[in-house]
Amino acid sequence: MTTPKTTRQPVLRIGGRLSLRIRVRSVAVVLLLAVVALASAVVLIGTGDFPISFADVLSVLLGSGHPADELIVRELRLPRVLVGLLVGGAFGLAGALFQAVSRNPLGSPDILGLGQGATAGALTMIVLFSGSATAVTAGALVGGLVTGTAIYVLAWKRGVHGYRLVLVGIGVSAVMTAVNSYLITKADMVDAARAVVWMTGSLNGRDWTQVWPLLALCAVLVPLALANERGLRMTEMGDDASYALGVRVERLRLVLLACAVLLASAATAAAGPVAFVALTAPQLARRLTRSPGPNLVPSMVMGAALLIVADVLSQRAFGSDQLPVGVVTGALGGVYLLWLLVTERKAGRV
Amino acid sequence: MFVDTPSKQRVAESPAGPARQRRRSAVKAVGLLAALALLVLVATASIAVGAKPLTMGQVWHGLFADTGTYGDVVVGERLSRTVLGLLAGAALGLSGAVLQALTRNPLADPGLLGINAGASAAVVTAITFFGVTSIGGYVWFAFAGAMLVGALVWFLGGSRGATPVRLALAGMAIAAALQGYLQAMMILDEAALGRMRFWTVGSLSSASWSSIGQVLPFMVTGTFLALALARPLNAMEMGDDTARALGAHLNRTRALSMLAATLLCGAATAACGPIVFVGLMVPHVVRSFTGPDLRWILPYATVLSPVLLLGADVIGRVVVRPSELQVGVVTAVIGGPLFIFLVRRRRTAQL
Repeated sequence: MTTPKTTRQPVLRIGGRLSLRIRVRSVAVVLLLAVVALASAVVLIGTGDFPISFADVLSVLLGSGHPADELIVRELRLPRVLVGLLVGGAFGLAGALFQAVSRNPLGSPDILGLGQGATAGALTMIVLFSGSATAVTAGALVGGLVTGTAIYVLAWKRGVHGYRLVLVGIGVSAVMTAVNSYLITKADMVDAARAVVWMTGSLNGRDWTQVWPLLALCAVLVPLALANERGLRMTEMGDDASYALGVRVERLRLVLLACAVLLASAATAAAGPVAFVALTAPQLARRLTRSPGPNLVPSMVMGAALLIVADVLSQRAFGSDQLPVGVVTGALGGVYLLWLLVTERKAGRV
Repeated sequence: MFVDTPSKQRVAESPAGPARQRRRSAVKAVGLLAALALLVLVATASIAVGAKPLTMGQVWHGLFADTGTYGDVVVGERLSRTVLGLLAGAALGLSGAVLQALTRNPLADPGLLGINAGASAAVVTAITFFGVTSIGGYVWFAFAGAMLVGALVWFLGGSRGATPVRLALAGMAIAAALQGYLQAMMILDEAALGRMRFWTVGSLSSASWSSIGQVLPFMVTGTFLALALARPLNAMEMGDDTARALGAHLNRTRALSMLAATLLCGAATAACGPIVFVGLMVPHVVRSFTGPDLRWILPYATVLSPVLLLGADVIGRVVVRPSELQVGVVTAVIGGPLFIFLVRRRRTAQL
């Protein structure tokens, strides 16, 4: 028997009434992941048919680079990397929110059918209308939002409960998958190839027109989600206990699910349903911080780091723009889940 | 604990209990016959309905007095499709029922345990690396893929100590990893994309007697194995400890169930591509009127699943005439709302 270790944790006090406990480990993890994400972003900017060195990229970003490098970085590669960071962050945060609300580690947007719903919207645009990139983005956004609303409404029965949300989501997801396969059989070969690349999730050819809407959306939704993290942590004690503690549980769930659906739909619209980022980022973040609760900020940073590192890997391993980033996240995510399964079993936790 | 039943009550109950049970069994047996009649009806409709509708007389003529008229040829063409629908439907429903009982998970279906993904990945490998182009060639690859993933899920899920959660997680993880591979192949190889997109939607239209012949032995073996497992699976529904106390061999039953489910689902998937929701839906519907006894659930699922699959196929032929909607799309569009309705209506997650 060992006596419980009492660690003194730093507390931030603001005035007399508000105090925040700071978890040193969580802060360190967030900083570390942010450094990894940014460093990989710089590497990614330098990667391509026209390689640019790490130092040159940095000097361009700081505003004193070579004009030729500047064009490539500013117009071609920087927006792609920014889309990657934003999409990864949005997926990570949306995944953490979904998993916390559904209280299920598998309750991520890709399993709940948001990805499939957005894909159905995008494929409708690609296959039936041969739409432009903008039309495809709009279609995906509408598809994701409609699917998210449908899941919420269908799962509603005197409140939304985790298990029902997941089950309804799986049902919706299966229907949407079938619709998507049907749309692909209807397409001609060129559209079908375009559709499959889109469905895998890709950052190729993303430009500033994708960055700004995504950035604006994140600027509103991220603070909104973080402001509600406290209440979300309370709900882990069960609905009754959290009502007693003054949390309006259903309203909180509605707000957070709306945030998560918007974030996931927007991210999917920008880059396609990149597999596994939303599912694994919160799990990895939780394991690194070893902190209970929803871990929203670590999940977000982890999502961004994951997506950028995966994109660097896909560019380096397969040559530029040969295989989209979704292939790498899918394969890595699957291997990670398997590894998790084996180690958790050894530890006797699953 | 040791309170004896009062003797008066014992006398009153003992004749009534078995009698009521016998009556209930009789009702279920009649219900099974009614389900069989429904199946015959749907199978007949599947032969009669299509781009060229046939009368009952023409169907009869084509089936039992084939003289090579135009109608007889149409019947012959639709017959292989109907037979495949019957076999695949029964196989999918039965494998779903076994998987749900095995994992004690109402969501268990071949898709969740990664078996569909294994078959798909093997088929894309066959097309890309071995240049296989005929359906007869895919069958073996799809089958091998399903078996391999079934075994892998089993070992990763903990083989001897597999629990429902672990099995489901292992299936999800493998499915997701294979999905990445599948998409990579479809992006790199246009020929693979051209064929895979028609295979992954799930359709009966490519049915032929040779492909039926290839999968038939596996389906028959799997069906008998699954039906024989009803009793031990019944015991396992009560929890591992109780099942062990009742004399069930837990690991043997788990391994055999996994084998039966993989045989059935692998064969069905090989012949018509991944078809979702039949294996998930039918056992749910059946359970709502048979109760939890697998000795009734399994036969009912075997009879009613082809009703769903063939019915969906007929609907798919009617709604967008003269073109047709693949059966996988129809089952999903019918099955999805019904599934959500069940989720909402019942206390979920209970078998």
